[in-house]
Parts: sequence; C-alpha cells; structure tokens
Amino acid sequence: MADVALQPDRVGAAQPARKRSSLQKALKRKSTAAFLMTLPLIILIALLVLYPAFYSLHLATLNKSMQRFVGLGNFEFLFKRDTFWLVVKQSCIFAITAVFFKALIGFIVAHFVHNIPAKGQRKWRGMLLVPWVIPPAMSTLAWLWLFDPSYSAFNYTLSFFGIGPIPWTGDAAWARFSVILVNVWYGAPFFMIMYLASLKSVPDQLYEAAAIDGANWWQRIWYVTLPMMRNIIAITTLFSLIVTFANFDIVRILTAGGPLDHTHIFATWAFRIGIEGSDIPLGASVSLFMVPILAVAAIFILRDVNKRGNEA
Amino acid sequence: MSSVTIDKAAPTRTVKYGSMSRDRKWALRWSYFFLTLFAIFSLLPPIYMLVTSLKSSAEISAATNPWWVFHPTLENYIGLLTSNQFLRFFWNSALVSIFVVTITMLISVPAAFALARMRFWGSATLATGVFLTYLIPDSLLFIPLFKVFALFGDWTGIQLINRWYVLLFIYPTLTVPFCTWIMIGYFASIPKELDEAAIIDGASWFQTLTRIFIPVALPGLIAATIFAFTVSWAQFLYPLVFTTSTDQLVLPVGIITTLIKGDVFNWGQIMTGALLGAAPPLIIYAFLMDYYIAGLTAGATKG
Repeated sequence: MADVALQPDRVGAAQPARKRSSLQKALKRKSTAAFLMTLPLIILIALLVLYPAFYSLHLATLNKSMQRFVGLGNFEFLFKRDTFWLVVKQSCIFAITAVFFKALIGFIVAHFVHNIPAKGQRKWRGMLLVPWVIPPAMSTLAWLWLFDPSYSAFNYTLSFFGIGPIPWTGDAAWARFSVILVNVWYGAPFFMIMYLASLKSVPDQLYEAAAIDGANWWQRIWYVTLPMMRNIIAITTLFSLIVTFANFDIVRILTAGGPLDHTHIFATWAFRIGIEGSDIPLGASVSLFMVPILAVAAIFILRDVNKRGNEA
Repeated sequence: MSSVTIDKAAPTRTVKYGSMSRDRKWALRWSYFFLTLFAIFSLLPPIYMLVTSLKSSAEISAATNPWWVFHPTLENYIGLLTSNQFLRFFWNSALVSIFVVTITMLISVPAAFALARMRFWGSATLATGVFLTYLIPDSLLFIPLFKVFALFGDWTGIQLINRWYVLLFIYPTLTVPFCTWIMIGYFASIPKELDEAAIIDGASWFQTLTRIFIPVALPGLIAATIFAFTVSWAQFLYPLVFTTSTDQLVLPVGIITTLIKGDVFNWGQIMTGALLGAAPPLIIYAFLMDYYIAGLTAGATKG
C-alpha cells in the first residue's frame, strides 16, 4: 500500500528534472534509500562481528607466534590436556544448573507476585529486579566480600547455628556452588519478569473453567499455566543458556577460575590463555568450543521467533 | 484481574464461601512470606555494600557484627570522590556510555525503520541476521577483535588499543543488534494508515520517520536507550581486554584493578566504588522502571 501511495510524490518530484543522472534517480528510489539507511548497520555487523568471527577460525589454526599454520594442532593439544576436559565439564555443570535454578526460582517468584493484589505488585517487582539492574561486575564484588575467607558475613551468621566456617571460594565444590549461586541471584529476576508478563496474558476464564472442573492448584499449573507459557519458557531458557554459557564477569571476579582451575568456564579460560598468557590462537580455539551449543540454541530460538512471526 | 476482585469482595463473602476465602487468605499470607524471603535474598548484596561502605577500615578488620555499622563514617566516599583516579574512571565510563548510546541510536533507528517499513532485496534476511548477531556473546569475539585491532594499529599506524575510545567501536556490536531488533518490533506495531496518511500529505520518508515514527514509538526508543546505556555501563570483558593504563580504564575495570592491590583488599573503598558504580543504572531504573521492563520483555515477546 505504501508503495502505491508514494508514487504521486515521487513522480511529482522527478518530472521537472528529467535530465538527472541515473545515479540521482537511483538515490530517489525507495529501495536505495532503505539500503542506505541500513548501510551503517550492515558495515558494523560485517566488520566487527562477522569478520572477527571468521577470523577466529583462521586464528585457531596458527601456532603461538602466529607465523606457522598448524591445522588442527591447537585442538589436538587441547584434547590431551586434563584442564580442558575440566573446563568442558564445569561449563556444562555451570550453565545447566544455573539456568535450571534461575528458571525454577523465576517461575515460583512470578507466581507469588502474580498472586498478591495488583496494587502491591509494582513495589515487589521493583525490589526483586534489583539484582538484574546492578552491573554484574559490581554486585559480584559484594558477593566476593560476603564470601571473604576471614571476614565472611555468611560464616559469621552461620556460626550462631553451629555451622563451621565454609570455604566459599577456597574449596573446589564450594567454589562451584558459589559461582552458580551468584549467577542464579543475578539471572533469576530476568526469568521472573518474563514469566510474570506471560502469566498476565493467560486468560482468567481458563482458570475459572479449571476451578469449576475441580482442578487443584497443581493441576491448574500443569494443565493451564504451563501449556500457555510453553513458548515463553522455551525462548527465555534458550536465551539464558546462551548468556550463562558465555558468562565471564561473575566467574572471573569471584574465583578467577580457581581453586586449581576447577571453576574455569570457556570464557574465563580463553581469557587466561589468550590474553593473560598471550597465546592468542589457543585462546581462540578454546572460545570456539562455545559455538556448537550456541548454534543449537540459536536455531531453536530462531525457529520459535519465526513461528510466532507467522502467527501474528 | 479476577483474583483482585475476589480479594476485594472477600470480607462480605466470608459467610457464604468460607473455605474458599480462607484458602485465598492463606495463599496470600504464604505469598507475602516467600516474597519477603526472596526480596531479602535479592537485596542482601546491595545492602551489604551500603553497610560496608559506611565503615572505617578499623571497624572492618575488627571482628564485630558485620551486618551493622557501629561508627558510621563517610571517609570512604570522601576518599573516592576526591581521588582524581576514581573520578577519571567515572568520567571515562560516562563518556563511553553517552557516545555509545548516541551511536547506537543513530545506527539502529534508521535501520529499524527501513527494515520494518521499506521492503527491499534481502531485508527479511537482514532482520533475521540482526537477531542472530544479538545472540553472539562478547566472550566469543574478544580474542579475534583484540587481534583485529592490533593488526589495524600495525597497518595504519593508528593505535586504538589501550585508548578508551576503542570501546566506542566495540560496544555498538553489543547494543546495536538488540536495539534494532526491538525498534523493528515497535515500528512494525504502528498502524500502516498513519504513515500512509503522512505520505499522502506529501511527507518524505525522512519526515515520516522523524514526525510520525519516532514520536509514536517513543516508549520503545526510551527502552532501547536505557538498554544501550546499561549495557555499555556494565560491560566488563571488553574494557578488561582492550584497556590497561589507569587513565584509560572505565569504572568496573578500574575498581577491580586499582583498589585491589596485591592481596590487600581495601573493602570499605571497594564497596563504596561498587555502590557508586551501580548508582547510575539504579537511579535510571528507579525513575523509568516501566520502560526498563518494557525493553527487557520486548526482546523476546516482540517478533
């Protein structure tokens, strides 16, 4: 429709100057104008996202001084190192556990917020979203201080219950727990907000019908809420899986990968090797291991987004 | 909504539907109980930041109750706000964020307009591509980007690494795709009749954008601006990789690299710095919460 409506304007403007060059005419065309408007975006993505992404494939095949082509040598080297398998394992534990608890806590809290009278919801929602608003680098510092080996405020509180000092970041198992806890603290509000928005869009008639049929609360959640929220749960989980899998700041600040590399995930280990150890090709190879899982998640998200685009 | 109406009518209905309203009352009490627990969990670190920031170093190292301030003092705040180094970090952060927000808006608003309204060859693919770019995390790109900028410096002689303005090139890779994506959603939701009317009245495409689309989609624009600002304010990995001299650092990296000297943690100052660093996003959030949440949910719900 817009095309047709546009014509009189364009024709009127073009007629007096018939002699204009074809370049000027091309500039007047709608598609050219549109292309020019998106050009900065295309340049940005091509130069600073796509080019580096493919360049890292090339980097991964070079030796440490980046002068010799070693093919898959970097990957062979990685596969032989125990630390690499530790990182793979920890990345999966970290991402899956953290996303699961974020989703679970977000779902529960969203229900509680949805339950209370509407006029109080804003206040609660405001308080519960604070962890998401604070820059993670800043809030992780507060957690680091809460976990401090000698002055930990948690250990001080726990000592009243007779629970001995816990080595929050000193012991491998506890350090793994701590990084996941901080990540859940940071990410759960995002799920809460998404689920709350989606809960509000579930028609009340469905719950009324379920209540009349004698459904208890569990059946209402299982047969009404979950099917209605399926889409948003899937997309939020996949988003969060990508972000958590690629997490850097929380692990870096809280444990820096320690103790003994037990909490390293791909991003922090790639930083340790590539930037701190200045072995850029090996670091690039490490971070490339994130690609498969990101690609799978991206494909599912895209399918979902396209499907909903067609419905609308 | 029905839950609200039932709740308001509860006192009068007590006699008729005793058990149901009693159930609801208990459900409400449990909701408040658990919400309080979760709110404490959420607010614990920021509150602890505030508590620690008001303590002197002597009080921090004395083994008193860590949750309470016995001798409140502002010495940490005075110390940081009079230190040129800290003010430099703050200034760098502010400069980077403001420029990045401007660049992001200048790139993404016209692009979103073109992608939402003017169909051209490959526009649908490009919109999908923008969305995919948003899914590429910073931790995948920092190593090749570092190398690319190092090579760029070697070839042209323009040294960008270890300058704060290198971040102006890098941050848009994080902000532009998302902002374009949500602006496409907002622009697409504007009724076609509006811009058709404008075009019939003789408006050019540019006028349609500035007179119709930007004013109508202003809430979306504010949400996108807030998003771009919070992302560039909070970004940690890129400045850690690209800047090292203390006068080029932004706030998050500055606090971590300069206030932690070896094994000596000056926790009073670190917490004060972290709180001051968290303040701008928190203030924006406090005043523009609805826009903030709109931006947050738009990414996944508009498509």
